[in-house]
Amino acid sequence: MYGGGYIFDEPNRKQLREEQLHDDPEKLAAFEERIAKGEKIEPGDWMPVEYRRQLTRLIEQHAHSEVIGALPEGTWITRAPGFKRKLALIAKVQDEVGHGQLLYNAAETLGKSREAMINDLLSGKSKYSNVFNYPAMTWADVTVIGFLIDAAAIVNQVANAKGSYGPYCRALERICYEESFHLKQGHDALIELATGTPVQKAMLQDALNRWWQPIMHFFGPPDKVSQHSEKLMQWKVKMASNDEMRNQFLDAYVPKIWELGLTLPDAHLHKNPETGRWEYTDPDWDLFFKVINGGGPCNQERLQVRKWAETEGRWVRKALMKPEERKVMPVA
Amino acid sequence: MTTAQQQAITDLITKMADDELILGHRNSEWTGLGPIMEEDIAFSSMAQDKIGHAWALYRILQEQLQGQDPDQFAFMRAEADFKCCHLVEMPIGTYDFSLMRHFLFDHAEAVRYDSLQQSSFEPLQQLSRKLKGELKYHTLHADAWIIQLCRAGEESYNRLQAALETCLPLAFGIFEPAKEEQELTGANIYPGERALFERWMDNIYPVLVNASLNMPDPAGISPQFGGRYGEHTPHLRPLLQEMGEVFRLDPTANW
Repeated sequence: MYGGGYIFDEPNRKQLREEQLHDDPEKLAAFEERIAKGEKIEPGDWMPVEYRRQLTRLIEQHAHSEVIGALPEGTWITRAPGFKRKLALIAKVQDEVGHGQLLYNAAETLGKSREAMINDLLSGKSKYSNVFNYPAMTWADVTVIGFLIDAAAIVNQVANAKGSYGPYCRALERICYEESFHLKQGHDALIELATGTPVQKAMLQDALNRWWQPIMHFFGPPDKVSQHSEKLMQWKVKMASNDEMRNQFLDAYVPKIWELGLTLPDAHLHKNPETGRWEYTDPDWDLFFKVINGGGPCNQERLQVRKWAETEGRWVRKALMKPEERKVMPVA
Repeated sequence: MTTAQQQAITDLITKMADDELILGHRNSEWTGLGPIMEEDIAFSSMAQDKIGHAWALYRILQEQLQGQDPDQFAFMRAEADFKCCHLVEMPIGTYDFSLMRHFLFDHAEAVRYDSLQQSSFEPLQQLSRKLKGELKYHTLHADAWIIQLCRAGEESYNRLQAALETCLPLAFGIFEPAKEEQELTGANIYPGERALFERWMDNIYPVLVNASLNMPDPAGISPQFGGRYGEHTPHLRPLLQEMGEVFRLDPTANW
């Protein structure tokens, strides 16, 4: 599940060296020409410093989002009602962790190790999608995440899969394929509640009301305030603007929610018949930045879980790094 | 099939399924917590398999032995009616404990299903043939990790030796004899717990030797029994409450 359109850029980053600030103009021109022609950039190819930096950040944040994203849903595996839902949810969350693994591998091709990325996640330097800093309070939350957040993620990932960096695109193609199953499964579980007993319907409406703002935040701040998007779009790091993706999502999914007799907590939400675009009440963007900077309801909890895993698992990783006797036979 | 045989086979399948369900639940608790992502994924995958086995076994009860709907049976049953062994009930603890439990349990599971391939009770025979391939990967996974970690230095070796000592009395409890066992052994439905225990010891011993782990004298180990007769550790009740939390909101609803 993806972290949305927003690539967090840490403030006060170290001053770049002179040669890093100024890419060789000839190489840059050739690079940009390749991208304009639709060619993929591969790990050994020359690339501008800023391209490498932004891509590393993007893929890394995406990987962290997959791993942290496994936590809110993961806590419901043990409570999932019935065998069918339980097995589907374990499989889904397992896929998400697997996506994290694929993405860390893709990011490593740009020169940053998985360990360094995980350390940056734990220290708070590197971010993940804000949406996972909200609690999954009931089973209905799991269905809303499984349907709407996965749907939003697919909008984003399908766009990014057409980007310029080969390893990321290939990872995304595989991820999108699996995500489409998640979406079906989320939709199925959500419909079960929407057409179920009064208790189930009320649970679902309550979950939708709580998740609507985080979902609107998902694609990042509006285009008018989003920084340095232009170059990233030219380089095909970013494939669509935040507002475009949000609009695409609303267009595809709001009618599906309304069809089920559910409501969304924004009286102003409607499609303008003249422009063909969705209009809505702006979500609280101050809150978005507050949550990204650690002030959300679950930021501490999420990182603490990851820290527990890192601390408790250290002896295992240490043992794998320095075996006294290497195992040379294949296991199977 | 006689009534006594039906009862005995129902008990056998119930305890097998309950072990799978509860250990599957415990393994799934590693989601997001594994020492490396690859192990997170492995435990999650094994949890799916175990829960899937439980579901398949409960379906045999439902379809062949007048049992209940599997969801109702698994999610609504009282604690005292569960027949799982104590080993599977224990919290995940640390990875060394969970890995050792996985090793000991999955070898026991492999031996049991292997013997059931010759069972005269057709549904169990078919299921065990179907699961053969999966189980092989579980024991390969466990063996590879136990051996690798035991050879990788003092800390990991000591942890696994301690985990082995903690787990053995619990693992012996897998093979708690059943009262009506002769009903099944006589009819070639399954070979009985004592025979399975011996085969299990034969299978785990070479791996332990390979890992240089010291097997305590089995004669000095008192097995932790009771689970097969509904006596459980204090850990099972909260687990069952958690498992049924949503389902019990409305057991008649479709979820």
